[in-house]
Amino acid sequence: MKHNLQLDAQGRLNHFLSIEGLSRDLLLEILHTAQSFIGLSSRNIKKAPLLRGKVIANLFFEASTRTRTTFELAAKRLSADVLNLNINASATAKGETLLDTLRNLQAMHCDMFVVRHADSGTAHFFAQHAAAGVSIINAGDGRHAHPTQAMLDMYTILHNKGGFEGLKVAIVGDIAHSRVARSQIHALNILGVSEVRVIGPKTLMPAQVRTLGVHEYNQLTTGLRDVDVVIMLRLQKERMHSAMLPSEHEYFHLFGLSEEALSHASPDAIVMHPGPINRGIEMTSAVADGGQSVILQQVSNGIAVRMAIMSMAMQTTPRQEASHA
Amino acid sequence: MPERLLIRDGRLIDPANKIDRISNLLIENGRVAAIDAHIDRNADEVIDASGQIVCPGLVDLRARLREPGLEHKASIASEALAAVRGGITTLACPPDTNPVIDTPAVVDLLMQRAQSSGKINLLAIGALTQQLEGEQLAEMGALQAAGCTTVSNACQPIRNALIARRAMEYAATFDLTVFISPLDADLAAGGCAHEGVVSTRLGLPAIPAAAETVALARDLALCADSGARVHVCGLSSAAAATMIARARQDGLPVSADVSVHQLFLSEHDVADFNPQCHVLPPFRSTGDRDALRRALIDGTIAVICSDHQPHEADAKNAPFPATEAGISALETLLPLTLAFSRESKQPLSDTLACVTCNPAQVLGIERGTLSIGAIADVCIFDPRAHWTLTAERMLSQGKNTPFLGQEMCAEVSHTLLAGQCVYHKPGQTHA
Repeated sequence: MKHNLQLDAQGRLNHFLSIEGLSRDLLLEILHTAQSFIGLSSRNIKKAPLLRGKVIANLFFEASTRTRTTFELAAKRLSADVLNLNINASATAKGETLLDTLRNLQAMHCDMFVVRHADSGTAHFFAQHAAAGVSIINAGDGRHAHPTQAMLDMYTILHNKGGFEGLKVAIVGDIAHSRVARSQIHALNILGVSEVRVIGPKTLMPAQVRTLGVHEYNQLTTGLRDVDVVIMLRLQKERMHSAMLPSEHEYFHLFGLSEEALSHASPDAIVMHPGPINRGIEMTSAVADGGQSVILQQVSNGIAVRMAIMSMAMQTTPRQEASHA
Repeated sequence: MPERLLIRDGRLIDPANKIDRISNLLIENGRVAAIDAHIDRNADEVIDASGQIVCPGLVDLRARLREPGLEHKASIASEALAAVRGGITTLACPPDTNPVIDTPAVVDLLMQRAQSSGKINLLAIGALTQQLEGEQLAEMGALQAAGCTTVSNACQPIRNALIARRAMEYAATFDLTVFISPLDADLAAGGCAHEGVVSTRLGLPAIPAAAETVALARDLALCADSGARVHVCGLSSAAAATMIARARQDGLPVSADVSVHQLFLSEHDVADFNPQCHVLPPFRSTGDRDALRRALIDGTIAVICSDHQPHEADAKNAPFPATEAGISALETLLPLTLAFSRESKQPLSDTLACVTCNPAQVLGIERGTLSIGAIADVCIFDPRAHWTLTAERMLSQGKNTPFLGQEMCAEVSHTLLAGQCVYHKPGQTHA
């Protein structure tokens, strides 16, 4: 294995591209750093000066509201200046290559790029070509990785469960096309849960899913038995048109999370979803809004976790400075 | 051109005639005149090949030269230089040029360009269907009259089985060999990596091995029905190699080749999103790679080819799925072929057959041998020389190869086309 593109010579975070290859200690450091930012939101002045004077560009080649907004909020709370670039409408439509887009923005002295793109490997590509001192944060690349989402999910699990040891976690739905699932699986295994299960029909499973370190289930209630965490994935409507599923109706019937299905999990199981939810397809409203759902916590935690990752990648030693904020 | 050229004291390997011994090779008027340890006839020129291997000039079954139509990637002139430096004297060019090789005029254009380069023997592979669209048959009679001995639809699928069958039947009418690149268009749609552990991990859109076997099964059935001679290009999976072995046992007129890089690389080389390892069909599992190696040794696969696909730098300068597939491979065909012989312990003469007489036989041309009277296409190389592959060293206009920075063995000192020296290593005088 070549050196990890994400780390500098001292093993510190430089880019944040993928959970894979990161150490347990580094993931825990992100979670602890995020903890120090959590209180900030409820204060009168919601800002820390860690990235003051830095310019962060949100490069979203794919539509996103939630992820882009939480990245923007996280950057602003760190006192950075934020550029939001709607790329589909500008550069690439005129035929500019990705590399030209990156170089032009670097020439404007951006310090960090938050990148989302439909092609797997795009964040790696940017990191390979980034100038020294510029950090790349992966906000989702194709089906490959969505590491900040996975870390906010880990934070939410830690917050609700107190630790990772001994946990059984089930991820339900479209594993094959999910960058979220891939990043979650890596994070859960690195953090040492006892079991990761993936649940879904075979059409929505990647070819060699077991090699990711998971147990495969094709039946929902069997897979949910005794789990401590249930993560539901979003189902794209286009799966119905590519012969992967017969109908939303059958999917909901077999893989949708109802209160009855949830009763097979551990009684204190939490229910998560990366959003946005398709109510009545992935889960019932009763579950989404029920006492076991921590879906809105995930959204709030997303800001603190992204603040932690951004400040660590810019190497502004957040834990000490944050305490002065 | 010297009337008489003597190549002295080399290790002569002519796989077609099972020759492998130290000897002298006499060329007269562009043809092989004698192979003898004691030649005392006067020669106009002498090449001292002591310590070197003298073999037929290499025949490469599949090389994109990008002309006409994609000259920003390469040209016949640029790639001819790269070919002869790699000891290759005959190249067959697939029809997916722009315009497509589906009319005699395009064949003539290619021949003229090759002739004016004065370096290589170029064969145009004619189109099987017009514009490679898989709908209407190309004028194969006219293409044959213009010099084509083979026809193919390049990498374009013929989705309609009836049209595929008719195309094979029509090709068989003219005794043209049909090249097929089996890849089911629907199973492969949107994919860029082997469906296996690496694509699962990286989330790369995948191409299952079944995309190859499903297409191959249909075309083998049509081969049996139509009686056409079929050559299968670029095998990538163990299952496909097994199907070829069975078809040959059943007596079908089927041959197969493998791209040289498929013998060395696997899906794991894609693991860091290296776009230089983006090829089609994709690198598959190490088990598939090992099966392809075994199929070469047992003769199921008869030909190793470069599958040369030069690109401009920008074609590889993007996230993996957005890059163009292919490797610039003319200059590494010989070194990698020799490395395969060494690693697999296959006798050198048997391995060299896969890049000389075997591909010549597939093309139906009298090249790739040093038989007395044969056209004297010759490659002389030092098997012990070592060099490092760098972009600066490459003569091909395309520098896209995953082997950059790697040490290669064997260096060509002379390449002769019909007795004429078309390449000699700088510093080496040609008599």
